This record gives sequence, structure tokens and C-alpha cells, in this order.
Amino acid sequence: MKDFQWRRFKKWWLIFPPYAWLILFFAVPFLIILKISFSEAAIAQPPYTAIFEYANEKLVINLNFGNYLWLFTDTLYLNAYLSSLKIAAISTTLCLAIGYPIAYGIARMQGSIQNLCLMLIILPSWTSFLIRIYAWMGILRNNGIINNVLISLGFVDEPIRLLNTEFAVYIGIVYTYLPFMVLPLYANLVKLDSRLLEASADLGAGPIRSFFSITLPLSRGGIIAGSMLVFIPAVGEFVIPELLGGAEILMIGKVLWGEFFGNRDWPVASAVATIMLLLLLIPIALFHRYQFRELEEKS
Amino acid sequence: MNTAENHNVGKTVSANPDQILNADEEYLTIRKVSKQFGDFTAVNSVDLTIKKGEIFALLGASGCGKSTLLRMLAGFETPTSGDIILQGERINDHEPFERPINMMFQSYALFPHMTVEQNLAFGLKQDKLDKSQIAEKVTNMLNLVQMQHLRKRRPHQLSGGQQQRVALARSLIKSPKLLLLDEPMGALDKKLRARMQLEIANIIDSLGVTCVMVTHDQEEAMTMADRIAIMDAGEICQVGTPSEIYEQPNSQFTAEFIGSVNILKGAVKDDEPSYVTITSDDCETEIYIGHGITCFVGQEVAVALRPEKISISKTKPDQQYNCISGVVKDIAYFGSHSVYHVRTPSGKTISVTEMNDIRWAGDRLTWDDPVWVYWDDNASVVLTE
Ligand SMILES: Nc1ncnc2c1ncn2[C@@H]1O[C@H](COP(=O)(O)OP(=O)(O)OP(=O)(O)O)[C@@H](O)[C@H]1O
Ligand SMILES: [Mg+2]
Repeated sequence: MKDFQWRRFKKWWLIFPPYAWLILFFAVPFLIILKISFSEAAIAQPPYTAIFEYANEKLVINLNFGNYLWLFTDTLYLNAYLSSLKIAAISTTLCLAIGYPIAYGIARMQGSIQNLCLMLIILPSWTSFLIRIYAWMGILRNNGIINNVLISLGFVDEPIRLLNTEFAVYIGIVYTYLPFMVLPLYANLVKLDSRLLEASADLGAGPIRSFFSITLPLSRGGIIAGSMLVFIPAVGEFVIPELLGGAEILMIGKVLWGEFFGNRDWPVASAVATIMLLLLLIPIALFHRYQFRELEEKS
Repeated sequence: MNTAENHNVGKTVSANPDQILNADEEYLTIRKVSKQFGDFTAVNSVDLTIKKGEIFALLGASGCGKSTLLRMLAGFETPTSGDIILQGERINDHEPFERPINMMFQSYALFPHMTVEQNLAFGLKQDKLDKSQIAEKVTNMLNLVQMQHLRKRRPHQLSGGQQQRVALARSLIKSPKLLLLDEPMGALDKKLRARMQLEIANIIDSLGVTCVMVTHDQEEAMTMADRIAIMDAGEICQVGTPSEIYEQPNSQFTAEFIGSVNILKGAVKDDEPSYVTITSDDCETEIYIGHGITCFVGQEVAVALRPEKISISKTKPDQQYNCISGVVKDIAYFGSHSVYHVRTPSGKTISVTEMNDIRWAGDRLTWDDPVWVYWDDNASVVLTE
């Protein structure tokens, strides 16, 4: 009996920290944003009206759906969402295409070189993200390294525009998020039982066929995890499109920033954020269902 | 497949009997094969010939290089030197996926993301067979291993024994010229093991597949194999049928490795064409061997005696040779038989196995009884190494 209680106590303490973390840093902020999204903008401090009013023994709840309706009346928002999803999807695909061979290569290496390569993948994230993006601005500028080299080699006469293009945004996102793709893929591929590949070769499959029928399907978990880790933050990305993409690139993160700090319309900005979260919930839910199935199969 | 081959054999026999006999006797030849990992020699100049259609077992202690030898046959390791010749063709440099050889892996290595059916079809797909042919072969093979009802399951939904059947079926479905089994019973419990040993051996025999298996379990090798090679430290110690290895071990190592054995050290006294006598400190009478052996007078030899070939009695047997007096120190009861440990005056312990029907019928022996142990002229084997 005592043992049972102790076990329950221990179990509770084990699950408490992650839940506390989620509630404190995810649920509470989200509820605040959700609340603001149903208020009206006001020139006040804070710059929105209250939802709950208690006066004359009456609790009045003012829910304003106008912010959400507004998002559907102006195509700017819809376009921004679609463009964000498109850029995030293409970036994720690029990260996968570049990250998979890297992760595969590292997973096949000898122990000490393996650790060195993993270090090299992680190392850039030890410097400030902003500084790295500024460095890319320097590289992509009209009189930046790439253009200088191209001109001095005589490939082009005048600088090609690299900075402030969608291309630059892809470079920025892929560069920044590549480690998030490589690490889960590596963790998955390094666990791959080499005997399965031997069995496949034994049954007559050459290296390429073995890869597509054994390695690739068995690394599905890593592919999904890596893709989520790239796709989800890439959708809401603000700094990269702002600094590398220039004025023409439309992404929801930039719209959000504009509403909050440009227009100081917190309620609309909150509505934008809420819709973005709902959009992201779809892939997250799919991911969780997949993980759950995997776990079930293993046990 | 079987009939086609027999047909083939029949045809060629009439053309050139010697040659075909040779081809069947030397179906797989392993010639001076060595494998080095750095400075370490895992397999040392192994010579073996394997006959068509036989089950051949490599038996040896852990780390003696059996798996390495098997992996060289499969193509996962390249020999440092020597030749592997299958049906007259040197296959050393063939990639694993080019070899007409299939292996059943120790841990089965079933593809976890495929159903039983898909696992079996995998090898056939690589040969680009058409769908109906694949389906037919898969069904036949599933029937053979009695797994038809579980064809849609994934490997993790199967028991150990069921996984083993699937692994066997997968390695047989391409009708390989050579089947390799690495510790086929390694993952099974003892009871299931005994059943599967016979079942697998029967399936392999029924298909007429030539098979090389690796095991460290002597019972398994004796049950399943037609011939056995005993390996030690990367070398082959002895090759023979299970009974040859058991009855005529050529060294103390093999004698002790297979079953239990009493070893008496001594020196040759008389070396005649029809008999040999040996004097030993462990035996108060001379040891008499009822046939000639290649040795010289005074040579140091070891005499190996299996416990079940020795008799035990309270009365002195009526023979001048081959008996030792002693005292019963220990009795181990095994149901059908008992093992008596007899201490001799020289301080040696001799193990004697007696069937228990004899034990109850005759004079019952107990602890500390003075006894005589004795054996026939042909019961012992002389080991000159
Ligand atoms: N890739 C390798 N590199 C270095 N040494 C190896 C390698 N593979 C095997 N060895 C060594 O070769 C020896 C023989 O190994 P092997 O796997 O053939 O043994 P085994 O007879 O199959 O033993 P077990 O019954 O334990 O499986 C061992 O000492 C092992 O450490
Ligand atoms: Mg082994």
C-alpha cells in the first residue's frame, strides 16, 4: 500500500515538470493572446478593451469577433498565410534534400569523426542567430562576396540581385534550420540495424534498392520529426524574411510584427497569431498521431 | 526444383560418371581461406569441401571464427586469402547480392516495416519475377513453414518461433544454391529449440538444399547436421559425421568438446599390428586396444573413454586389462540414467554412465562403495596428439 502511494507520488513528480513548463510557457501565453484577439483596439494602456466587465452586480462579457472577420475581408492576410505555408514547405523539402545525405553520411562514419561532424553541424548555432543572418546579408549584397567573385571571374557584368529575393529567404531558412533536420535524422539513421541491410543484400538487392526499400522507410520517424522541427518555426519566421527578403516577401510573421508594432492593433495581431497556431495544429496533431502509433507498435 | 535437379544429374551421369560424382562431392570448396582483422587472425587457412544436399555444421566455442567463416560465404566479409568455390566458380569477389546464397540471420533480421508476406516476397522482387509467380511461391513457402494464417502480420506481432519460421522461409524462397544458418536456434528457449531443430532439418532435407550452419551447441549440430566441423581458434580440428566425431575424436580437444570423456594419459608398451597396450599411472592394469594404431613404443598418448562405454561393478571383473579399482564418490541421477564419479587410487575421477534399469536390477551402488570400472578392447580411442 505504502509502496503503491510512493510509486504514484514518484510518477506524479516525473510528469509534473513538463506539464508545468507547458502550462506556464505555452498555455498561459496562448490564453492571453486568445483573450486579446476577442477584444477591440483602443488608444489606451494596454491598447485594447477589456473583455470582462463587472458593474452593477452584472458580469458583462464582450466578445468581439470583428478581428477574425477582418482577417477574411482583407486578402493580405490570406495571401500571407498561403505564402508562409509555401515558403515553409519548400524550405522543409530543401532541408530534407540537403540534410538527409548529411545525416546518412554522419551515421555511417566511425565514432570519433562522427562526433566531430555532429559538432560542426551544431557549432554555428553557438553564435547569435542575428549575426549569422547579417553575415548572409553581407554575402548576398550587390557588392557582396558572391557578386564580387562572379564579376571578377567575368561570369556577369553587373551584380545580380540576390538579397531581398525569395531565394535569399530560402537560403536563410535552410541555413538556419538545417541542424534541426539533420539531428533527428541522424538519431534515427544511426540506430538502423546493419543486419537488415545485410539481409537485403543477401536477398539480392543492390545498394540503391536497399536504400529505397529498407533505409528510407525505416527512417520515416526521423524524416517526420525533422520536417516538423523545420516546418513549424519556418511558418512563423519573421527575422529571416525581414532581413533577407526585403519588402516584397509576404510572410505571416512580418504581418504579425506590422500589426503589433506598426499599427499597434494588438487584437488583430492576436487574431493573426491564433489562426496561425490553429493552422500549425494540423501538422502537429498528425505528428503526434504518428508517434503514438509508433509507440504502440513497439510495445 | 528437386526433380529438375535429379533429372539433370541423371543425364550427366550417363555422359561422365566420374565428373558428376566429383561435382557433387565438391559442391562448395573452401580452400586455404584466412581472415585477418588487423593483426588478429579470426579464420586461419581453413580447408573444407561440402557435398551437395548435405547439412554441414560448423561447431566451436564462442569467438572461434565460425560466424566470420559463414559471413565470408555470404559475402559480407572478404577473405584475406584463399578461395571460395561454389560449383566450380570462384565467388570470393562476388558482391553479396550477386551470390546465389541466402542466409538466415541469428537475430532473424526480418524487415520490421513489412508483413510476413512482404518479407518473403522481397527477395523474389529483386529477381523481377511477375506478381502471380511471386504470390504463388510465397503461398507455397508459407504453407511449407505453416505460417499461412499469419501472412498479414508484422514481425513484431509474432512469437520467437514464428519469426524463426518466417526467417527460414525467407532464406529458402529463392531456392538458393547454398543456405547459411547462423545460430538458428540462438533466440529460442530450450523446449522449442529441440522441436525446431528437427523441423528445420526436415524442411531443408525435403527441399534438398545444401546448407552450412553455425552453432556452439553440440546437441544442435548432432541433431541437424550430416557432417560437422569442429573449430578452435580459427582452425578446423576435425571433420566428420556426428558419430565419427563422437566415436573417433582425433584430439583431446574434440573429445572433450563433444560430450563428456575420461582421459587417461600413458605410454605405448606393445605396438603390434593387431593390438596395442598402454601403461598408465591412472590405471593399475594395462590398457589394451583391440586394433593396431600408428604409433611407436614409448610414445606418450592419451586414451579417451566415453562414460557410457565403461561398466561398473562391486565384483572384480574377469579380465586382465582395462580395469581400475576405485570408490564411488558421487552419484548424479538423471532419470533414465545415472552418472557415477569414481575416485581411483591415483586420485583421478572417472565418470561412468549406467542405465537405471540395470541399476535397480543388479547390486545397488551407493556412496563410498568400493567398485571396479572396466571396459571392452574396442571401447577406447587413442589420441596421439
Ligand atoms: N569486424 C571485426 N573486427 C575485428 N575483430 C573481429 C571482427 N569480427 C569478428 N572479430 C573477431 O574475430 C573472432 C571470431 O569472431 P566470430 O564472430 O567469427 O566468432 P564466433 O565463432 O561466431 O563466436 P560466437 O559463437 O560468439 O558468435 C572474435 O575474436 C572476434 O572478436
Ligand atoms: Mg557468431
